[in-house]
Amino acid sequence: MFPEDLRWPIAGSINRAVEWLVANHGDAFEAAAGGVLFVLVHLEQFLRGLPWWLVVLAVAAAAYHASRRAALSLGLAAAMVLIGVLGLWDMAMQTVALMVVATVLAVAIGLPLGIALSGSRRARALALPVLDAMQTLPSFVYLVPALMLFGLGKVPAIFATVIYAMPPVIRLTDLGIRLVDAEVVEAADAFGASRTQRLFGVQLPLALPTIMAGVNQTTMMALSMVVIASMIGARGLGEQVLLGIQRLDVGAGTEAGIAIVALAIVLDRITQSYGRGGAAARRAAG
Amino acid sequence: MAKIELSAVTKVFGPRPESVLPLVAQGMGKAEVLEKTGHTVGLRDISLHVEEGETFVVMGLSGSGKSTLLRLLNRLVEPTAGSVRVDGRDMVELGRAELVHFRRHAASMVFQGFALLPHRTVLANVAFGLEARGMKRRARQAEARAWIEAVGLTGYEGSLPGELSGGMRQRVGLARALATGAGILLMDEPFAALDPLIRRDMRDQLAALQKRLGKTIVFITHDLDEALRLGDRVAILNDGEVVQVGTPTDIVLGPADGFVADFVSGVNRARVLTAAAVAAEAEAEATVIPVSSPSEAALESMRRDGASCAYAVDAEGKFAGVVTRKDVAHLRIVPTLKPDVALEDLLAVVAGAEWPVPVVNDAGVLVGTIDGEAILAALAGRGE
Repeated sequence: MFPEDLRWPIAGSINRAVEWLVANHGDAFEAAAGGVLFVLVHLEQFLRGLPWWLVVLAVAAAAYHASRRAALSLGLAAAMVLIGVLGLWDMAMQTVALMVVATVLAVAIGLPLGIALSGSRRARALALPVLDAMQTLPSFVYLVPALMLFGLGKVPAIFATVIYAMPPVIRLTDLGIRLVDAEVVEAADAFGASRTQRLFGVQLPLALPTIMAGVNQTTMMALSMVVIASMIGARGLGEQVLLGIQRLDVGAGTEAGIAIVALAIVLDRITQSYGRGGAAARRAAG
Repeated sequence: MAKIELSAVTKVFGPRPESVLPLVAQGMGKAEVLEKTGHTVGLRDISLHVEEGETFVVMGLSGSGKSTLLRLLNRLVEPTAGSVRVDGRDMVELGRAELVHFRRHAASMVFQGFALLPHRTVLANVAFGLEARGMKRRARQAEARAWIEAVGLTGYEGSLPGELSGGMRQRVGLARALATGAGILLMDEPFAALDPLIRRDMRDQLAALQKRLGKTIVFITHDLDEALRLGDRVAILNDGEVVQVGTPTDIVLGPADGFVADFVSGVNRARVLTAAAVAAEAEAEATVIPVSSPSEAALESMRRDGASCAYAVDAEGKFAGVVTRKDVAHLRIVPTLKPDVALEDLLAVVAGAEWPVPVVNDAGVLVGTIDGEAILAALAGRGE
């Protein structure tokens, strides 16, 4: 047994801190959440308002643009149709809206962080344990306080998703930039490129495949988290899974599960193709 | 004033390089410094100068510090002690903006691994230095096209580096360096990654361009043969120290120490030594007579020198022809050699001549003669 004298529980103080935050600054948090909510609601309305065939066409077009493979493009379009056939189209659009907002936020925050880490060994040493925590901390640990701060619904879902999904894009941006051929970076310096010219003209383009792998992982993790987040009132496919469990309706749960997998495959293949074939696709385009 | 001047430059790598300087100054060896302090002595007390328009080759094995030496010249590497002056300005004192200006305008670089941007076309790669400078798209592309033509890559403007062969890629690297119009060209083992045949092509192309452009070139190589062919002067670097600096002939004929001698022993002397150097090895001076001198005087001179022929020169010292003892009245016109002809290329001429072959410079002045013995002496090496 660990000696009783050495125990120093921190649960009490954390509880008091959260309570204090909720009591004194709860309104501020909810106001800050308003902006995110506004964008999310409008994106969701927009996606649900689109004719289904237009979305299917857009997926097919994006797949073809990224990969130049007709078969892949057709297959992904079929996966989208499958979601509709299962009667889950509307919920899938809700999930996509939630995921898109979370992914955009995660990339918008993660990419600059990754760039910053690549330039400083000390920053990396500090950031790595934090990233580990973000990825391994059971999501409910921060989902519940987020719930207390932002209220029930979509915003805490976005908050939790961003935390959970951001590490890959940070890690792989950092890694990608550090893996860029040192001689090429040196050449940029030798020809008198400024730091900005070096970053945007050399480092980011050369790191792009790795960064896109990070974006791909972030997208996938965002999708899986969005499903869990439906337990705190975010709507979408996850809600259907939850209902299936609660009512022991295995069929409904399976339907939703299939739709989630279909959506995951569509998003994965498109983002992956953009990462892999970026240069080739550009050249083919002229 | 020399274009580039290094004086007493020392470079130490490690967490606290200055702390090691006293040990280096005491002459502590590289291995000992590394063991005692964990610092690596990259360069030790280097003093060199490179003249404007000169091709200066730095030769050394891997780890000799030659790449570090090159990078001191555009301050990709900072010296730990000593000064690096280019055009009389101390590089260490340049501020960030001045340094960027220097790199954009005064010195450009060619890399061993080409260091091209794989996602950009040949045209965009060649224009890179001009783009960094902020030149407008149309102007920089026109300039880049001209240099792509100069290196013989017309038609490949739209290709990506990955679609080109090694030799072509390095031509892109060369065009990129030339496009900035910088007076100094820093070349870091530019041909080391190429096949031997391509390497020779590239060397010839560089020599041809250099004849036209007259850049100040600092060329790094680990290949002594390459160093001796390209360099007006060659510096040999060993373990961070300059062992010898001199013309290729100096180095082949008078290696400064065992290290250089070891290297030179593997060199094809016939390719390095020139007619002028061979003529200097001739044992007896040629008998020179004024072209107008009477036959008796000519015969007398030949008899005195024990020579079978004499070289007639006019009033300005220009070579006119050869007379022999047997036929002293007849001035013969014989083949001559230019001073910069390589030994291997003059063998046939010397073998086919009855008398020592005259070496005549561009002004027409006789600088010496070459016979078989002079060739043997030159090939055998000085003092051997």
